[in-house]
Amino acid sequence: MIATLGGFTLFLALGVTLYAAAASVLGARQGREDWLASSRNAVLAHFCLVTLAIFLLEYALITSDFSLRYVVNNSTRESLTRYKIAGLWGSLEGSILLWEWLQSLMAVLVIARYSDRGPSGCRQLMPYVQAVLQGISVFFLLLMTFAVNPFARIFPIPPDGRGLNPLLEVTDMLIHPLLLYSGYVGFSVPYAFAMAALITGRPTEEWLRITRRWTVVAWLFLTGGIFYGGWWSYRTLGWGGYWAWDPVENASFMPWLTGTAFIHSVMIQERKRMLRVWNLVLVTVTFSLVIFGTFLTRSGILGSVHAFAEGPVGVMFLAFLALVLLFSFGLVAYRSDQLKGHGELDSIVSRESAFLLNNLVLVGICFTVFLGTIFPLLSEAVRGNKISVGMPYFNKVSVPLGMALLLLMGIGPLIAWGRASLNNLQRNFLKPILGAAAGTAVLYVLGMRHVEALAAFALCFFVIGTIIFEFVVATRTRAGTMGETFLTAFGTLLLKSRRRYGGLIVHLGVVIAIIGIAVSSVYKVEREQTLRPGESLTVGRYTVRFDGMEAGERPTHILVWANLTASQDGKPLGELTPGQRFYPNQQSPFASVDARYHWSEDLYVILSSFERDGSSATIKVIINPMISWIWIGGVVILLGVIVAVLPERRLALLTSRAKAQAA
Amino acid sequence: MSWKKALIPLACVPLIVLLAYGFRTDPKAIPSPLVEKAAPGFRIAVYDGDSLSLEGLKGKPVVLNFWASWCYPACYEEAPLLEATWRKYQNQGLMMVGVDIQDKEVDGREFIARFNFTFPNGPDPGSKISIDYGVYGVPETFFIDRQGRIAYKQVGALSPDVIEEQARAILEEK
Repeated sequence: MIATLGGFTLFLALGVTLYAAAASVLGARQGREDWLASSRNAVLAHFCLVTLAIFLLEYALITSDFSLRYVVNNSTRESLTRYKIAGLWGSLEGSILLWEWLQSLMAVLVIARYSDRGPSGCRQLMPYVQAVLQGISVFFLLLMTFAVNPFARIFPIPPDGRGLNPLLEVTDMLIHPLLLYSGYVGFSVPYAFAMAALITGRPTEEWLRITRRWTVVAWLFLTGGIFYGGWWSYRTLGWGGYWAWDPVENASFMPWLTGTAFIHSVMIQERKRMLRVWNLVLVTVTFSLVIFGTFLTRSGILGSVHAFAEGPVGVMFLAFLALVLLFSFGLVAYRSDQLKGHGELDSIVSRESAFLLNNLVLVGICFTVFLGTIFPLLSEAVRGNKISVGMPYFNKVSVPLGMALLLLMGIGPLIAWGRASLNNLQRNFLKPILGAAAGTAVLYVLGMRHVEALAAFALCFFVIGTIIFEFVVATRTRAGTMGETFLTAFGTLLLKSRRRYGGLIVHLGVVIAIIGIAVSSVYKVEREQTLRPGESLTVGRYTVRFDGMEAGERPTHILVWANLTASQDGKPLGELTPGQRFYPNQQSPFASVDARYHWSEDLYVILSSFERDGSSATIKVIINPMISWIWIGGVVILLGVIVAVLPERRLALLTSRAKAQAA
Repeated sequence: MSWKKALIPLACVPLIVLLAYGFRTDPKAIPSPLVEKAAPGFRIAVYDGDSLSLEGLKGKPVVLNFWASWCYPACYEEAPLLEATWRKYQNQGLMMVGVDIQDKEVDGREFIARFNFTFPNGPDPGSKISIDYGVYGVPETFFIDRQGRIAYKQVGALSPDVIEEQARAILEEK
């Protein structure tokens, strides 16, 4: 019953979506307000139908309705309810449904946000924005109707399901995919606005202003998803790392890079009316990379730990990608005459120039990551060689570019627009440069000799210096002129120039994360040893004693673990229990990592292997200094974005309340 | 629109063509560096039999097949072929050995009984043999000639044509 109802709901949604797209375009062209109103209703109906489909599939999952193939493949009767719910996005069909649901939600939010209250320019763009958004939905609905139906039946009905992949039966599964998908789908909105601007022939600054906040919020989710993915990988997978340059990890990183470039270059377009074509291209490339990313996971053309399945899906995704690229760039070419900018660079030593360089570096990193990702394919096509491109290439290429980016992060916010005078440069940068030199000298004296780490730290100190400098000077000035206390001045600054100071907080978060990455990579220590009960392994200041093996049954698997006692400099730290999970349907066990996480360094322990009679166990101990700074940096980035994106009405309320309290 | 402007969207076409080419390749098919090299030696404890070593089979052509009871459907598809080929050529001096990898003994024996395997099969504790042969998944089959060199490696289920052709090749070459 659910299968029929679900399939029908999606089919109906497809029809409604096609209608919404058509009514939008025709209504705009004929000037028929009633058709436009009807198309808006259709967008709402589309969302309701897809929501119904989600409810149906979730209901089937939670009640373990094994007449649906998807439920069989993604849950078992014994699974905890929250993993049955997460089974919705556990594999291909459901993940497409989730994506489409988010896409339909975006369309509704766009109507809600912009339909009546927006500036007049909006109203002309809106029908085409909706047409593009609905068009994207048409693709995903077509996928589900004709290729990968989440409501496909299975016969005979098996007594139990095969279950979610055991690696996914963790709380992280409830968060990571949702964050990422929100980011990916969020980027379709600026894309739709850009296309609408090109279609209507109004490719001016309006679409930028309208969608800037959307882009930043989508970026927020994507950033959160990427950091969370690294954190999940680190805590759960048991290889001690957080980023492997896997094709699908790269697929999330590339749109992030172009998205970041876009967020910066819009500031130049706003001020100087330059870079119009560049920004349109960036937005298109960001969205195309999003589609490219999902194409990679679902087409089977590249091997990856994240890969889903193969079949007609890959071909359909490629066709859609081709359509997006040809359509978007065709429009850009068509409107290229109207897109010529008005501004010019006054000087190379200026904020515009710094932003341009920032864009070049970000796009440069994106290009190298892209090349590395598709290189195996390129190599096989051109030379017939099967090769794989891994960490060495990506690290070698991204580290120097990352350093360049760090430098720009310090210079950009403080250097003057237009032409920076020598006075301006000296005033803003002298102290941070001195501070950076001093800080680096201190590190050198304390024993740090690794050249790249020293260089990274020097740049990080420089950036932190500029951020602190900016905050302190601005706060002091304000406190002085307004007669406020330092704290009040600081708070008001944050709220009044939230874009600027939110941005600075984001930069601070990035620097913290980079410090974490640099130190944990360079100074990581690893030791593996086979121990008998009572024996210990010493790494650095830590000693880990093996006390014995234990095993126990869990709802979906058998857990075997080693009991370890850890101590630091002789002081006991507590127990650690790294283990392995044995699932009935899987031939090899999955690692269950245990660690002592600390802001200064992590003590990370893996159970590599063990004797069945418990007579010995092979333990690997990894010390990751300052790796928590990566996650802390991620949180600071998120806080910074929230500050930057706080809506104006709430801001006015807060400041008036603050004034009332002060009075 | 002038043709120069049309270049902009058309610039995307080579990328799309490259990605389309990707559908014809298999990222999981890894070429084996062992082909035409000496086959790594092994010793296997045959179920209901003695132990068997590659050295003891010197001078004979050997078909070495890696399988598992949980390897569905590929191992189930090729199992009858293996037994049939064994029965056909064992009198001519062909040797066939099956290695049951990462499996439970009770399931392995059930698999052997189901397909009436009469050639020697045994487990691979510690996956030593699989590691030496670079086995990536199951099933994989190695055709070893009389000189102890790997003549051919098959990844995935064998088809009647391939097993016939390769078995003949190692039998007939001097």
